[in-house]
Amino acid sequence: MEVASKEFSNKFKSLIKNPSLLILLILIFVALFIFIIYPLLKVFIISFTDNNNKFSLGVYKSILSNDYMKQGFKNSLLVATLTAVIGTLIGYLYAFTINRTDIPFKNFFRTIAIVPMVFPPFIGAMSIIMLFGFNGLITSKLFGIRTFPVYGLWGLMIAQVITFFPVAFITLDGVLSTISPTLEDAAFNLKASRWQVFTKVTLPLSVPGIASTMLVLFIESLADFGNPLILAGASFPVLSVQAYLEITGMFNLKNGAALAVWLLVPSLIAFIVQKYWVGKKKYITVTGKPTTSQLKSVSKTAKWILFSLCMIISIFIILIYVTIFWGAFTKAWGMNNQFTLENFKYVFDVGKESIKDTLLIALTSTPISALLGMIIAFLIVRKAFPGKKTLEFVSLLNFAVPGTVVGIGYILAFNTKPLLLTGTFAILVLNFIFRYIPVGIQSGISLLNQIDPAIEEAAYTLGANDSQVFLKITLPLIIPAFFSALVYSFVRAMTAISAAIFLVSADWNLMTVQILSQTDSGRLSEACAFSVILILLILAFILILKIFLKNKISLVDSNFAID
Amino acid sequence: MSLELKNIYKVFKSENTETVAVKDFSLKIEKGQLVTLLGPSGCGKTTTLRIIAGFETPTSGKVFLEGKDITNDPPNKRDISMVFQSYALFPHMTVKENIEFGLKIKKLPKNIVEEKVNYIISLTGLEGMENRRPDQISGGQQQRVALARSLVMEPKVLLFDEPLSNLDAKLRESMRSEIRRIQKELNITSVYVTHDQTEAMSISDIIIVMNKGEIMQVGSPFDIYSYPQNKFVADFIGKVNFIEGKVIKKNERYYEVYNKALDKTFVGISKKNLQINENVLIALRPEALTYEKKENSISGIIKKVVYLGSQVEYEFETENNKTINGILFNPVENKIPQVNEKINLYFGLKASWLIKNEE
Repeated sequence: MEVASKEFSNKFKSLIKNPSLLILLILIFVALFIFIIYPLLKVFIISFTDNNNKFSLGVYKSILSNDYMKQGFKNSLLVATLTAVIGTLIGYLYAFTINRTDIPFKNFFRTIAIVPMVFPPFIGAMSIIMLFGFNGLITSKLFGIRTFPVYGLWGLMIAQVITFFPVAFITLDGVLSTISPTLEDAAFNLKASRWQVFTKVTLPLSVPGIASTMLVLFIESLADFGNPLILAGASFPVLSVQAYLEITGMFNLKNGAALAVWLLVPSLIAFIVQKYWVGKKKYITVTGKPTTSQLKSVSKTAKWILFSLCMIISIFIILIYVTIFWGAFTKAWGMNNQFTLENFKYVFDVGKESIKDTLLIALTSTPISALLGMIIAFLIVRKAFPGKKTLEFVSLLNFAVPGTVVGIGYILAFNTKPLLLTGTFAILVLNFIFRYIPVGIQSGISLLNQIDPAIEEAAYTLGANDSQVFLKITLPLIIPAFFSALVYSFVRAMTAISAAIFLVSADWNLMTVQILSQTDSGRLSEACAFSVILILLILAFILILKIFLKNKISLVDSNFAID
Repeated sequence: MSLELKNIYKVFKSENTETVAVKDFSLKIEKGQLVTLLGPSGCGKTTTLRIIAGFETPTSGKVFLEGKDITNDPPNKRDISMVFQSYALFPHMTVKENIEFGLKIKKLPKNIVEEKVNYIISLTGLEGMENRRPDQISGGQQQRVALARSLVMEPKVLLFDEPLSNLDAKLRESMRSEIRRIQKELNITSVYVTHDQTEAMSISDIIIVMNKGEIMQVGSPFDIYSYPQNKFVADFIGKVNFIEGKVIKKNERYYEVYNKALDKTFVGISKKNLQINENVLIALRPEALTYEKKENSISGIIKKVVYLGSQVEYEFETENNKTINGILFNPVENKIPQVNEKINLYFGLKASWLIKNEE
């Protein structure tokens, strides 16, 4: 114990010797507290007090006595569970086929699985209505069916599986590609059949990855706002939409906050299970030796069955996203499919301001978020200070907190002086900065862990201080992580909806909110045109960034070899 | 006094274990000396080096640089440079940018930076490499850049953390003498960490042998090898045979040691004041055994002979079934032992070094 306290006081001593680091840490802790923890606390506090600011369970009692609200909780969990299971299943099938068979068109399949990342997260729902709805292209035009049940459980689930397919694929692809094929070779060599190799080697080794994918999909589905807003309808209430309607429709902050707490609890549980239980059960099978092996895990027949399934999935995904582009150029989707450019003119007339606002907000929050992410990653990996675990946990917490909860927290926390931010540019920017910081931190941490700390130590012994080391050594070395943080934060900021919908105002509006309201009022073609512009802006940003950083990135990549 | 460490302790604490990495370590180094910390892995040598560099804060104890207490100074505020085991070159900079990095941080005027960098580049033989990147030069050249980058700072102390362990044997030898040459030329106080005893022997003014966080012996390479202070040092440095015995007689020049199993008395020397009846070990180096008649003799049967060209290594078994290792140099002019041969071997008084048997 004596040593422990001595170590602790030593950490403090060296911090006091380094006042700039101390100040930076204090600033970061304060900022994370104000913009991540405090809004969440506000949600809890409001939901547990009565109108006289006294502790009360009244809000929860009234919610529990309301069947409609209870239904929302059940529905949310049901959709989340189904999306998690089915999404993981499809993702695993797809990732397994790409990793363990020698099918053709692998690059095509990969691209199809990853590209949807840059689309707004409710495109799936829009497209499903356009394809399978009352005036749906497939249902009504092809088969003459007008009563296909797109609204409700199944429509929502399909939309979510499509929306979160990239997440599932990328996680499972990562898992399967690190299971060395030589392990399967060894099993074959021990006279196991293909089925035995799959069930006794490959599948067990991917169990932690599967579990973690399910939990992530579960969290994403619970937090999803755009798809249920479009597809769930009044007959199939889910929590995130209910909370929104309570606040913006009924102006009942307490009910909204209580619903947000209901939404938060299962997400947090899933997050903690994922991070502290499943996350620790990873099998490391990477040996460092080249492990190319001829792919022979499945029979010829199985291979072509898997290929066909992947093809069907891919075509469905393409259909979903192509529909949006098609829709953007039609007069009135489903009724008059004539080609027109009118929709774009309409969008520029109505939405010019929101396009400008969206870009300005995203371009402001993105670099700050990415840089702050790198700084926090650097501090976490390379510096010793008290409260490090807390810093890491808090900065990753936003992975788990549904946007709806954050949005409600922000309007509750920042509607009084000195933090009167409601309706401003700042509240949206701050929200985006802290909401999308975890990815930068995570990729920064994993990249830094691969870089020999002696490189930075060498810079210290040559007289560089912390900020010089960070700017001249660390940051250039983790440029790829910085780049992916930039792309991620920008895409998310441009496509954000669940928290942002609470924070927009007449002065500062976002394209996503406009798209939803156009969809809501049945102007699907206009909504599509809006979406197309949004997607093009995102692609343009990524392209510019790639050109701008191209030399730097290839340079750093080639140098990792010597570490 | 250039560098001084006073009663350094370092305790690492993880969730439920405490590891004492360095225990009561004290050391004084004169200006221009090269001191090597030598020991098996986990003996605390690297931790000690990192404490000097400032990457670790000692749990207790103090570090002085030219009389100034620097225990709590951060690494960048110490006039100390370090050459890392992995070289730790900045991969995104050229050789020249690597070398001038520290000078630029110091904000020295351009012409001075240029002058110093050019001098160091020629001193370390890196001409023509200036604009290459670390991944475009060989391991030996990377090593030179790492050295140049530290030297150019003209530090008060230069630290080496196993700098040659990533090089192949031949290159290691030439870099070793290169480092020593430059170190002497610039008269730069150095602390060198290695687990390779040949490296330590060939490069050091002073060797500090460490084990389990503690100093086992401090001395010149000759003293460490010829006069080890305890069994660990004798065993760790080079090959050694131990012959047990009890002191039965002593005079100013030598001790007489009786081995009961062999029923034989040997003579030996020690720098310690050994007492009559004290249990001792004779630390006998294999190369000290010879066919030539000397003060001590020992007989046995040859069990194994390995011919290595420049030398012959052999094992023989004494009458009490103990194996003794011997080395014979220059086999061409010597008699080569044969397996199953019964022989009498001799060793001299000076080679019969006594240490306390603490078991």
